[in-house]
Amino acid sequence: MSDAAPDELNVIDYIAQTRASYDQLGYDAYRWAAEPEPSALVAPVKPLSESKVALVASGGIYEVGQAAFHHRDDTSIRRVSTDVEISDLRISHFAYDRTDARSDPNVVFPIDPLRDLVSTGKIGSLTSHALTFMGGIYSQRRLREELIPELSNELSAMAPDVVLLVPV
Amino acid sequence: MSSAWSITASANPPRSLFVDYPLGHTTGRPNHLVEQTGIVSSALALIASATEPGRIVPLPLAWPDEWKNQAAGLGDGRSERLDTPQYDRPEDEQAVRQSDR
Repeated sequence: MSDAAPDELNVIDYIAQTRASYDQLGYDAYRWAAEPEPSALVAPVKPLSESKVALVASGGIYEVGQAAFHHRDDTSIRRVSTDVEISDLRISHFAYDRTDARSDPNVVFPIDPLRDLVSTGKIGSLTSHALTFMGGIYSQRRLREELIPELSNELSAMAPDVVLLVPV
Repeated sequence: MSSAWSITASANPPRSLFVDYPLGHTTGRPNHLVEQTGIVSSALALIASATEPGRIVPLPLAWPDEWKNQAAGLGDGRSERLDTPQYDRPEDEQAVRQSDR
Protein backbone atom coordinates (compact mmCIF):
# COMPACT_ATOMS: atom_id res chain seq x y z
CA MET A 1 0.00 0.00 0.00
CA SER A 2 1.22 3.49 -0.71
CA ASP A 3 1.39 6.03 2.05
CA ALA A 4 -1.52 8.51 2.38
CA ALA A 5 -0.79 12.07 3.50
CA PRO A 6 -1.96 12.88 7.04
CA ASP A 7 -5.02 15.16 6.84
CA GLU A 8 -3.53 17.77 9.16
CA LEU A 9 -0.72 18.48 6.68
CA ASN A 10 -3.25 19.75 4.13
CA VAL A 11 -0.94 18.86 1.22
CA ILE A 12 -1.84 19.76 -2.35
CA ASP A 13 -2.92 16.65 -4.24
CA TYR A 14 -1.22 17.33 -7.58
CA ILE A 15 -2.62 14.16 -9.16
CA ALA A 16 -6.22 15.22 -8.41
CA GLN A 17 -5.39 18.77 -9.47
CA THR A 18 -3.93 17.62 -12.81
CA ARG A 19 -6.95 15.38 -13.41
CA ALA A 20 -9.34 18.29 -12.80
CA SER A 21 -7.23 20.67 -14.87
CA TYR A 22 -6.99 18.26 -17.85
CA ASP A 23 -10.72 17.62 -17.62
CA GLN A 24 -11.40 21.35 -17.75
CA LEU A 25 -9.07 21.73 -20.76
CA GLY A 26 -10.77 18.81 -22.53
CA TYR A 27 -7.63 16.61 -22.49
CA ASP A 28 -7.65 12.86 -21.92
CA ALA A 29 -6.83 11.89 -18.34
CA TYR A 30 -3.09 11.79 -17.64
CA ARG A 31 -1.96 8.33 -16.62
CA TRP A 32 0.45 8.62 -13.72
CA ALA A 33 2.97 5.91 -13.01
CA ALA A 34 1.44 3.77 -10.26
CA GLU A 35 3.35 1.13 -8.34
CA PRO A 36 1.04 -0.65 -5.87
CA GLU A 37 3.99 -2.12 -3.97
CA PRO A 38 6.94 -0.04 -2.77
CA SER A 39 10.46 -0.76 -3.99
CA ALA A 40 12.45 -2.93 -1.59
CA LEU A 41 14.17 -1.26 1.34
CA VAL A 42 17.84 -2.19 1.02
CA ALA A 43 19.79 -1.80 4.25
CA PRO A 44 22.91 0.37 3.99
CA VAL A 45 26.20 -1.54 3.93
CA LYS A 46 28.22 1.22 5.61
CA PRO A 47 27.62 4.38 7.65
CA LEU A 48 26.77 7.59 5.81
CA SER A 49 30.13 9.03 6.90
CA GLU A 50 31.86 6.41 4.73
CA SER A 51 29.33 6.39 1.90
CA LYS A 52 29.73 7.71 -1.63
CA VAL A 53 26.61 9.68 -2.57
CA ALA A 54 25.24 10.31 -6.07
CA LEU A 55 22.83 13.14 -6.82
CA VAL A 56 20.16 12.63 -9.49
CA ALA A 57 17.94 15.64 -10.17
CA SER A 58 15.02 16.07 -12.57
CA GLY A 59 14.70 19.86 -12.56
CA GLY A 60 16.28 20.44 -15.99
CA ILE A 61 19.71 21.51 -14.75
CA TYR A 62 22.58 21.75 -17.22
CA GLU A 63 26.05 23.25 -17.16
CA VAL A 64 27.26 26.06 -19.41
CA GLY A 65 28.82 24.38 -22.44
CA GLN A 66 26.22 21.62 -22.51
CA ALA A 67 23.16 21.56 -24.76
CA ALA A 68 19.97 22.60 -22.97
CA PHE A 69 17.07 20.20 -22.70
CA HIS A 70 14.27 20.43 -25.21
CA HIS A 71 10.78 20.24 -23.82
CA ARG A 72 9.04 17.49 -25.77
CA ASP A 73 9.82 14.22 -23.96
CA ASP A 74 13.59 14.82 -23.84
CA THR A 75 14.95 11.58 -22.38
CA SER A 76 18.61 12.64 -22.48
CA ILE A 77 20.73 13.11 -19.38
CA ARG A 78 23.57 15.49 -18.50
CA ARG A 79 26.59 14.63 -16.41
CA VAL A 80 27.37 17.63 -14.20
CA SER A 81 30.69 17.65 -12.33
CA THR A 82 30.22 17.72 -8.57
CA ASP A 83 33.01 20.36 -8.55
CA VAL A 84 30.87 22.64 -10.75
CA GLU A 85 30.76 26.38 -10.05
CA ILE A 86 27.21 27.37 -9.07
CA SER A 87 27.45 30.29 -11.51
CA ASP A 88 27.85 27.76 -14.38
CA LEU A 89 24.54 26.01 -13.66
CA ARG A 90 21.49 26.70 -15.82
CA ILE A 91 17.86 25.56 -15.76
CA SER A 92 15.66 24.47 -18.67
CA HIS A 93 12.17 23.21 -17.85
CA PHE A 94 8.67 24.01 -19.11
CA ALA A 95 6.55 23.11 -16.12
CA TYR A 96 7.62 24.85 -12.94
CA ASP A 97 8.47 28.36 -11.79
CA ARG A 98 12.26 28.59 -12.23
CA THR A 99 12.64 32.04 -10.66
CA ASP A 100 14.21 30.81 -7.42
CA ALA A 101 16.15 27.97 -9.06
CA ARG A 102 17.78 30.52 -11.36
CA SER A 103 18.83 32.65 -8.43
CA ASP A 104 20.07 29.63 -6.46
CA PRO A 105 20.16 26.24 -8.27
CA ASN A 106 20.64 24.52 -4.89
CA VAL A 107 16.84 24.62 -4.42
CA VAL A 108 16.50 21.80 -6.96
CA PHE A 109 20.14 20.68 -7.30
CA PRO A 110 21.57 20.65 -3.76
CA ILE A 111 25.25 20.50 -4.63
CA ASP A 112 26.46 23.07 -2.06
CA PRO A 113 24.65 21.24 0.78
CA LEU A 114 26.19 17.95 -0.35
CA ARG A 115 29.68 19.48 -0.56
CA ASP A 116 29.16 20.91 2.94
CA LEU A 117 28.17 17.48 4.26
CA VAL A 118 31.36 16.03 2.77
CA SER A 119 33.51 18.77 4.30
CA THR A 120 32.01 18.22 7.76
CA GLY A 121 32.42 14.45 7.46
CA LYS A 122 28.69 13.64 7.56
CA ILE A 123 28.98 11.84 4.24
CA GLY A 124 32.08 10.15 2.86
CA SER A 125 32.27 11.50 -0.68
CA LEU A 126 30.35 12.40 -3.80
CA THR A 127 30.50 10.66 -7.15
CA SER A 128 32.54 12.54 -9.77
CA HIS A 129 29.34 13.68 -11.49
CA ALA A 130 25.71 14.32 -10.66
CA LEU A 131 23.15 13.20 -13.23
CA THR A 132 20.39 15.50 -14.42
CA PHE A 133 17.44 15.35 -16.77
CA MET A 134 14.23 17.20 -17.42
CA GLY A 135 11.42 15.41 -15.65
CA GLY A 136 8.53 16.50 -17.83
CA ILE A 137 8.53 13.29 -19.86
CA TYR A 138 5.00 12.13 -20.61
CA SER A 139 5.89 8.75 -22.15
CA GLN A 140 6.41 6.08 -19.52
CA ARG A 141 7.56 3.73 -22.27
CA ARG A 142 10.34 6.11 -23.35
CA LEU A 143 11.26 6.67 -19.70
CA ARG A 144 11.68 2.93 -19.16
CA GLU A 145 13.38 2.20 -22.49
CA GLU A 146 15.61 5.27 -22.84
CA LEU A 147 16.13 7.35 -19.70
CA ILE A 148 16.19 4.72 -16.95
CA PRO A 149 18.75 2.40 -18.62
CA GLU A 150 21.09 5.33 -19.28
CA LEU A 151 20.76 6.62 -15.71
CA SER A 152 21.27 3.12 -14.40
CA ASN A 153 24.39 2.54 -16.52
CA GLU A 154 25.93 5.87 -15.53
CA LEU A 155 25.18 5.25 -11.86
CA SER A 156 26.59 1.73 -11.96
CA ALA A 157 29.82 3.03 -13.48
CA MET A 158 30.27 5.50 -10.59
CA ALA A 159 29.34 2.87 -7.96
CA PRO A 160 27.68 5.07 -5.31
CA ASP A 161 26.51 3.62 -1.99
CA VAL A 162 23.57 6.03 -1.80
CA VAL A 163 21.55 7.81 -4.49
CA LEU A 164 19.67 11.00 -3.61
CA LEU A 165 16.77 11.58 -6.01
CA VAL A 166 15.60 15.18 -6.22
CA PRO A 167 12.46 15.61 -8.32
CA VAL A 168 10.64 18.89 -8.82
CA MET B 1 12.93 13.83 -1.80
CA SER B 2 9.39 15.00 -2.56
CA SER B 3 7.23 18.10 -2.57
CA ALA B 4 4.30 16.30 -4.24
CA TRP B 5 2.93 13.70 -1.83
CA SER B 6 0.40 11.98 -4.09
CA ILE B 7 2.84 11.66 -7.00
CA THR B 8 5.55 10.19 -4.76
CA ALA B 9 3.05 7.84 -3.09
CA SER B 10 2.00 6.65 -6.56
CA ALA B 11 5.61 5.99 -7.66
CA ASN B 12 6.23 4.33 -4.27
CA PRO B 13 9.99 4.69 -3.71
CA PRO B 14 11.48 2.87 -0.68
CA ARG B 15 12.15 6.05 1.34
CA SER B 16 11.05 9.68 0.89
CA LEU B 17 11.39 12.90 2.79
CA PHE B 18 8.48 15.29 2.16
CA VAL B 19 9.11 19.04 2.06
CA ASP B 20 5.82 20.96 1.85
CA TYR B 21 7.13 23.83 -0.25
CA PRO B 22 5.91 25.21 -3.59
CA LEU B 23 7.20 23.13 -6.53
CA GLY B 24 10.68 24.22 -7.53
CA HIS B 25 12.04 24.23 -3.95
CA THR B 26 12.44 20.53 -3.20
CA THR B 27 15.64 21.14 -1.23
CA GLY B 28 14.77 24.45 0.39
CA ARG B 29 14.49 28.18 -0.05
CA PRO B 30 17.01 30.05 -2.24
CA ASN B 31 20.16 31.34 -0.57
CA HIS B 32 19.36 29.50 2.68
CA LEU B 33 22.29 27.10 2.74
CA VAL B 34 21.75 26.10 6.37
CA GLU B 35 18.14 25.12 5.65
CA GLN B 36 19.09 23.35 2.41
CA THR B 37 21.82 21.38 4.16
CA GLY B 38 19.40 20.42 6.95
CA ILE B 39 16.87 19.15 4.40
CA VAL B 40 19.45 17.08 2.50
CA SER B 41 20.87 15.76 5.76
CA SER B 42 17.37 14.71 6.93
CA ALA B 43 16.78 12.92 3.62
CA LEU B 44 20.08 11.03 3.85
CA ALA B 45 19.35 10.09 7.48
CA LEU B 46 16.41 8.02 6.18
CA ILE B 47 18.90 5.65 4.56
CA ALA B 48 19.67 4.20 7.97
CA SER B 49 16.50 5.03 9.90
CA ALA B 50 13.76 3.84 7.53
CA THR B 51 12.19 0.58 8.63
CA GLU B 52 9.10 0.30 6.46
CA PRO B 53 9.35 0.49 2.64
CA GLY B 54 7.15 3.13 0.98
CA ARG B 55 6.87 5.42 3.99
CA ILE B 56 6.91 9.15 3.24
CA VAL B 57 8.28 11.16 6.16
CA PRO B 58 7.12 14.78 6.40
CA LEU B 59 9.68 17.33 7.51
CA PRO B 60 8.17 19.86 9.95
CA LEU B 61 8.96 22.91 7.83
CA ALA B 62 6.46 25.49 6.60
CA TRP B 63 6.93 27.95 3.72
CA PRO B 64 6.88 31.41 5.32
CA ASP B 65 4.04 32.80 3.18
CA GLU B 66 0.60 31.54 2.18
CA TRP B 67 1.04 29.78 -1.18
CA LYS B 68 -1.37 26.86 -1.36
CA ASN B 69 -4.51 28.70 -2.47
CA GLN B 70 -2.88 29.82 -5.69
CA ALA B 71 -0.87 26.62 -6.25
CA ALA B 72 -3.98 24.46 -5.76
CA GLY B 73 -5.90 26.32 -8.48
CA LEU B 74 -6.64 24.87 -11.91
CA GLY B 75 -5.17 26.12 -15.15
CA ASP B 76 -2.14 25.30 -17.25
CA GLY B 77 1.03 27.20 -16.30
CA ARG B 78 3.27 25.16 -18.57
CA SER B 79 5.06 26.72 -21.50
CA GLU B 80 4.95 25.19 -24.99
CA ARG B 81 6.80 21.88 -25.33
CA LEU B 82 9.20 22.71 -28.16
CA ASP B 83 11.53 20.05 -29.55
CA THR B 84 14.61 22.25 -29.88
CA PRO B 85 16.99 22.97 -26.95
CA GLN B 86 15.52 25.67 -24.71
CA TYR B 87 18.43 27.65 -23.27
CA ASP B 88 18.15 29.42 -19.93
CA ARG B 89 20.21 32.29 -21.39
CA PRO B 90 20.74 32.94 -25.11
CA GLU B 91 24.54 33.03 -24.72
CA ASP B 92 24.51 29.41 -23.46
CA GLU B 93 23.88 28.23 -27.04
CA GLN B 94 27.05 30.00 -28.18
CA ALA B 95 28.98 28.30 -25.35
CA VAL B 96 27.94 24.90 -26.72
CA ARG B 97 29.08 25.73 -30.23
CA GLN B 98 32.42 26.90 -28.86
CA SER B 99 32.91 23.77 -26.79
CA ASP B 100 32.12 21.67 -29.89
CA ARG B 101 35.06 23.12 -31.75
